[in-house]
Amino acid sequence: MGYGRGVVGEQPLIYAEGLVKRFGDFVAVDGIDFQVRAGEAFGFLGPNGAGKSSTMRMIGCVSPPSGGVLRILGMDPVRQGAQIRARLGVCPQLDTLDQDLTVRENLITYARYFGIPRREARRRADALLEFVQLADRAGGKVEPLSGGMKRRLTIARALVNEPDIVLLDEPTTGLDPQARHLVWERLFQLKRQGTTLVLTTHYMDEAEQLCDRLVVMDGGRIVAEGSPRTLIETYCPAEVLELRFADGTPEEYADKLAGVGERLDPLPDRLLVYTGDGDAALAEVQRRGLIPSATLVRRATLEDVFLHLTGRTLVE
Amino acid sequence: MGARPRGDEGMSRVRREGAQAGDRSPAAEPYGGAVTAVAARPPVRGAAIGLLGQTLAVLERQLALYRRVWRGSAFSSLILPVLFLLSMGIGVGGYVGELEGVPYLQWIVPGLLSMSAFEIALVESTYPVMSDFKWTRAYHAIAVTPVGVAGILQGWLLYLILRVVFAVAVFLVVAAAFGGLVSAWAVVTPLVCLVLTVAVAAPVTALAAAVDNDSYFALLFRFAMVPSSLFSGVFFPVERLPAAAQAAARATPLWHAVELNRAATLGVPPAWPVAAHLAYLAVWGVAGCLLAAVVFRRRLYG
Repeated sequence: MGYGRGVVGEQPLIYAEGLVKRFGDFVAVDGIDFQVRAGEAFGFLGPNGAGKSSTMRMIGCVSPPSGGVLRILGMDPVRQGAQIRARLGVCPQLDTLDQDLTVRENLITYARYFGIPRREARRRADALLEFVQLADRAGGKVEPLSGGMKRRLTIARALVNEPDIVLLDEPTTGLDPQARHLVWERLFQLKRQGTTLVLTTHYMDEAEQLCDRLVVMDGGRIVAEGSPRTLIETYCPAEVLELRFADGTPEEYADKLAGVGERLDPLPDRLLVYTGDGDAALAEVQRRGLIPSATLVRRATLEDVFLHLTGRTLVE
Repeated sequence: MGARPRGDEGMSRVRREGAQAGDRSPAAEPYGGAVTAVAARPPVRGAAIGLLGQTLAVLERQLALYRRVWRGSAFSSLILPVLFLLSMGIGVGGYVGELEGVPYLQWIVPGLLSMSAFEIALVESTYPVMSDFKWTRAYHAIAVTPVGVAGILQGWLLYLILRVVFAVAVFLVVAAAFGGLVSAWAVVTPLVCLVLTVAVAAPVTALAAAVDNDSYFALLFRFAMVPSSLFSGVFFPVERLPAAAQAAARATPLWHAVELNRAATLGVPPAWPVAAHLAYLAVWGVAGCLLAAVVFRRRLYG
């Protein structure tokens, strides 16, 4: 299946500059700049209320920008919304499937909104149901499907018009781990076929798995931008040593460990030591005569970056 | 002691793959002059679907849904009007005898026909519309496609028109079998019911799209639908009402449809000129469509 005709070469498929979205006095998106290129998987990462979904709705041409520049596929979302939407695939955060129609009918009726002839709609519906591993449910109703199946069906529906860009708003929120991995695996397949993916997520592992490049949003602004790897390299040392102690608070131990690693982050239940060499840091802890009840040396993840950039209180 | 969990290996493998995928489009590429370059691109292919295609696509969804539920609605929209015909037209008509110079059965047939169209148009525009905004969110799904508000509304109204015209056709056949139709002009009654459908369904659709809970529907049924059905000339002439109530009855879209349909099935002139009745219904229809378009646009493209 040849999704994603890379039509624009080196030009960004999405270009935003000083993009603003206001609802009355509330500023949901506060002047952000970003570009999305053909074939890349681009992520908006941020806590709830960061402005991710508002940005996605503007890109999806269902919410006019309040200010700034937004060009999608070289077009203006306000004047050419329908033409842009014809070339987008949208997987919304809340399911919008027709519960009373069959799985296959959902795809066929949706294809018709894009002017796809019936015969072709049926052909694509069957191919897409294979792709999202729902072919055996084609004739069944949507209502009894599991959350993961519904999400995969929504993804299939978003592909029915062979879109240039697929927008995924929190594609795995609310799914159990098995279902999440299956969705990720399908999205990864799409990515390998060259489909441009734009997704929002508040899951770090999702961003690390899927995104070539991402922006971290907080309070309507972009606070960091880059590939998961460069973000981690920029904002965190390579490794994290996690220490737990049987008695005393992590903050007390932070004082005793001053100078170990590049940064200490005492959490309520454990102490994080950001360091270039976790084993060396652990050796230093032991040299200072401290005996942790548990230790873990791990690589720094996007979650560490995220918490560093957006603070801990915002994640509630 | 420092333990590296096995999951760490898997994570780094995936990340390496991600980095390779990213290598196709180098991360350091500058974007200087991007806007002008994009604007200079040749114009892209337009949306491949016109307003007619949009309308039919929305209609197709409604028909696909209706195919699953039509049995449930067949009683209220097909059988109940016929029961009314038997009970009122033949049962009550046997006592009433004649009204305005014709047998009561013949007098009440156009009234029941109009009432049936009116109630389908009104009831079907309440919960189903609210549901497609609130529960199935189907309108939100359509809004992200090239189909716009005009296509959604036209497809929806066309569906209701088909429902009403089909129900009216069934009723006409039964009425004819009982000798309820006098004039061949009865063939225009489906067209009158079509106009009535838009006049009623459009504003009710606008209301259903605008409100956030269904308690408004109970008010609508009690204070608009039931009084309209009882006092708009369906069962007895509005001239029997006190003057103020007469004016209210003549303000309802239903009364105008009843007048037109009664004129058609009896082959007599209606109370007002035909054009005046149609114009009044058209005002309701056009105003309702405009209102619905505004509400839909606000909810779908806010």
